[in-house]
Amino acid sequence: MSADHPSAAPMVRFENVRKSYGHLTVLDDLNLDIAPNEKVAIIGPSGSGKTTVLRMLMTLEEVNDGVIWVEGDPLTHMYRDGKLVRANKRHIRQVRSKIGMVFQHFNLFPHMSAVKNCMEAPITVLGLSRDEAYERSRVLLDMVGLGDKLDHYPGQLSGGQKQRVAIARALAMRPKIMLFDEVTSALDPELVGEVLNVIRELGEAHDLTMLMVTHQMGFAKEFADRVCFFYAGKIAEQGTPDAFFGNPQNERTQQFLSAVLEAD
Amino acid sequence: MTFEWDWAYTQEILPILGKASIITVQATVIGFILAALIGLVFALLRMSTLAPVRLATGAVVEFIRSTPLLIQIFFVYFVLPEFGVTMDAMTAGILALGLHYGSYCSEVYRAGLDNIPKGQWEAATALNLSTLTTFKDIIIPQAIPPVVPALGNYLVALFKETPLLSAIAVLELMQTAKILGSESFQYTEPITLVGLFFLFFSLVSAALVRQVEAWLKTRHGGA
Ligand SMILES: Nc1ncnc2c1ncn2[C@@H]1O[C@H](COP(=O)(O)OP(=O)(O)OP(=O)(O)O)[C@@H](O)[C@H]1O
Ligand SMILES: [Mg+2]
Repeated sequence: MSADHPSAAPMVRFENVRKSYGHLTVLDDLNLDIAPNEKVAIIGPSGSGKTTVLRMLMTLEEVNDGVIWVEGDPLTHMYRDGKLVRANKRHIRQVRSKIGMVFQHFNLFPHMSAVKNCMEAPITVLGLSRDEAYERSRVLLDMVGLGDKLDHYPGQLSGGQKQRVAIARALAMRPKIMLFDEVTSALDPELVGEVLNVIRELGEAHDLTMLMVTHQMGFAKEFADRVCFFYAGKIAEQGTPDAFFGNPQNERTQQFLSAVLEAD
Repeated sequence: MTFEWDWAYTQEILPILGKASIITVQATVIGFILAALIGLVFALLRMSTLAPVRLATGAVVEFIRSTPLLIQIFFVYFVLPEFGVTMDAMTAGILALGLHYGSYCSEVYRAGLDNIPKGQWEAATALNLSTLTTFKDIIIPQAIPPVVPALGNYLVALFKETPLLSAIAVLELMQTAKILGSESFQYTEPITLVGLFFLFFSLVSAALVRQVEAWLKTRHGGA
């Protein structure tokens, strides 16, 4: 592996990854390389394994087989005596620090104000002082348009505002990779735009590798560098948005696209 | 036979019972603080990733819950000294109360901990929080407020069981009333007064628990 040349390594690599729950194989021999700074949209029908891909990368689920790499370092595994063995907690924590995630249902800490939500991890994990963490969080909340809501609790915010706090909270850890799992699905239609705008600006202004599970085909088309279509635990087709949407090759893709585009 | 309430005697014993009530309140407060802490520790140990720790804690809790408090009080006071652990009656009584109600409180905490949505744990993982920080800052602060009413009930229950400490001669209200009665052969006044003391403190603590509950509900913008 290219552990000694991290710059040459992909930001994320799924190598022969298999995931199953009991008899149900959710992901079957997944191979996927994602370049630094690349924006990847993950689409596909319900149950095709999209969320599972992100959750394994966030280490919320273990892989059954295969290895996930981050910048040339194994995430799910570690080296012992030159051999790859299952990673221990400490190793996982170290590599995981490069990854942040935004969830469909926000998962904000309801007992903390917006700014406290953002400050928690920088203080307890990175060892920032309160003042430093506050300043960092204030800047981020300002960036997502919530500079006037620092002291509001999640219960006092709209869905769109909550999701923007969640984005700021993840960014406060300065991750290199951001995962978004259907982050607008739980929102009222009129609030979707404000969240997508924040993500769009993020992509433009920061060096971030982004993996985004989405049902917003329009957004995937304009935002992503690459679209991956999952079907039954495999990548059935992938390509640039132009190729993927303009000239889909796979029959499943064609069916899926005509179904969702009709529904829109 | 006519019965007359002896007001002069009442006046004489009231200060003595008043002093004894301080012991009762002390045993209640310290016993409950102990129970609240022990309960939390038990509840957390039952979430351990190590199966032996989980099972052993579960067995201890089950054992304590299915044996009478009175026996536990005797055990701590009379049996532990056989193993070189000696303490005065008050300490032994408080420890027994703490252990007994701690095992009840642990079930309450467990319900509170179980009710934390999975998403909170996942957000903590995604932010790379340590296990300790996750419990301390995220999980426990959310698990406790909803169970305060249930814990409050155990506070009142514990308080009402403190007369059991008279069995090892702790000079709390009940024991003092018994001594007064046996000295004067007048039991009516001391025992009635003790009942009134308990009524008064029960009402006060129930009101306090309700206050705390109401306060908990209005924090965080009512969310
Ligand atoms: N913890 C679990 N236990 C058992 N099966 C699971 C579990 N999590 C997911 N699955 C199953 O794995 C499959 C893939 O789930 P996943 O959540 O990755 O799908 P998805 O593509 O994100 O779907 P959706 O678009 O509905 O979110 C589904 O069949 C699902 O039922
Ligand atoms: Mg999903």
